[in-house]
Amino acid sequence: MPAADTRISLDALRLDPERATNEIVDGLRAVVLGEMRRRGAVVALSGGVDSSVCVSLCARAFGPERVLALLMPEAESASDTLELSHLVAHHFGVESMLEDISALLDAAGCYRRRDEAIRQVLADYGPGWRAKIVLPSLLDGNRLSVYSVVAESPTGERRQARLTADAYRGVVAATSFKQRTRKMLEYYHADRLGYAVAGTPNRLEYDQGFFVKSGDGAADVKPIAHLYKTQVYQLAEYLDVPETVRSRQPTTDTYPLSQSQEEFYFSVPFETMDLCLYAMNSDLPPASVADAVELSIEQVERIFHDIETKRRATAYLQMPPRLLGPVPEIPH
Amino acid sequence: MSYEPSIEDEVRRFLVDNFPLSVDGSAALAGSASLLETGVIDSVGVLELIQFVESRYGIEIPDAEVLPENLDSIDAIARYVSSKRNADGRPDAGS
Repeated sequence: MPAADTRISLDALRLDPERATNEIVDGLRAVVLGEMRRRGAVVALSGGVDSSVCVSLCARAFGPERVLALLMPEAESASDTLELSHLVAHHFGVESMLEDISALLDAAGCYRRRDEAIRQVLADYGPGWRAKIVLPSLLDGNRLSVYSVVAESPTGERRQARLTADAYRGVVAATSFKQRTRKMLEYYHADRLGYAVAGTPNRLEYDQGFFVKSGDGAADVKPIAHLYKTQVYQLAEYLDVPETVRSRQPTTDTYPLSQSQEEFYFSVPFETMDLCLYAMNSDLPPASVADAVELSIEQVERIFHDIETKRRATAYLQMPPRLLGPVPEIPH
Repeated sequence: MSYEPSIEDEVRRFLVDNFPLSVDGSAALAGSASLLETGVIDSVGVLELIQFVESRYGIEIPDAEVLPENLDSIDAIARYVSSKRNADGRPDAGS
C-alpha cells in the first residue's frame, strides 16, 4: 500500500493551457526568429493531434501567413489523413501544399525492399497483401518484447509470424524511407522560403526514441517535445483543434495495415505510458501510479522497466554527430 | 585431446562477436547476468539471439517460451537449450 502522499492521479498532468501556449509561442519566436534568423516555419501535417497543435502554435508565433503546412501522403496512408490535414490547415488559416511522396518512395525501393524483408518470414506475402509490425502487450505476462509481423491477404486471411532480426531491420530500414523522404521535402521548402522546420514529437515519443533518425527526428525546433501526450490533448482543446482530429486514435500511419502506436511501440495506452513516465521522472515508486492507471504494481514495474530499456536502446538515435577532436570556434 | 566448447562458451562468444560491448563488457557477461538489464542486448538483440540459438542448436523456440527465464542470461540459455535437446533425446554437448 503506497503512502497516501505519493499516490498521483491523471490530474498530475493537468497544465494551464494558456500559460503553456504563451511560453511555447515566446520560445518559438526567440529561437526561430532570434537565434536561427528564420522568418517562419514548415510543419509536416499528418492529420494527427501533435502536428495540428504545432501548426496552431506556429501560426500564433509567426502569423498564419508565415507557416507552410506540408501534406505528404503516400500510397499506404490512411484514407482520412489528407482530409483531416486539409481541415486543420484551413481551420488555422495557413497555406497548405500537397506533396504525394509515393513516386519518390517507389523510386527508392521503399515498398519493394520492405516486402522482400517481410517475405523472409512470410513467404506468401505479395501484391494485395497488407502488413504491420506489432509488439506483445506489456501487461500479458513476463514475455520478452519481440516484434512480429501481422499480414492480411487479399482475401482477408490474417497471418502472424515472429520476425527475425534481419527481417525486422530490413522492414524498419525500408519503411524509414517514408519519414526521411518527408524530411527532405520539409527542408526543401524551408530553404526555399527562409523558414525553419518544426518537428512534432511529444514528450513520450521524444523520450522513448519513437522516431526515425534523420527522419521525423530531425528538425530545427520541437515545440511540444517537453509535453506529455495527455498535455498535448489539453493544448489541442485550448487551441481549438478540430474535434475530429482530437478524437482520432493515434496511429503510426506508416504501415499499410492500420496500426496503433500502442501495438507498434508503447505496448500500453498512451495515457498509461504518460503517467508512468511522469512518475518515473518524478522519482515516484510504481505503487504511486498503479491505482490511477488501474494496473497492479507488478505491471507498472514492468512498464517502468520497459521505459528504461527503450531509453537505453534508443540512446543512439538521440546522439548528435560526434567530433573526435576539439573545434572550439564552432559552438555546439 | 580436443576441446569441445560448452553452450555457455558458444553463447558468450556469439554475444561478444555480435554486440558491441562497453569497456567492462566482459564483466557484464557473467553467466547469471541479465543480458537486457545490463544493456548487452536490446529487443532486436533478442531476435538475433533467438536466430542464433535456433540455428546453432537445431531447436525451435515457440513464442510462449520467449521468456526471461529461458533467454535473458547465458546460464539461462544453456539450461534452456539443454532441456530442449534432452527433450528431443539429443546429447547435451554444445556441438
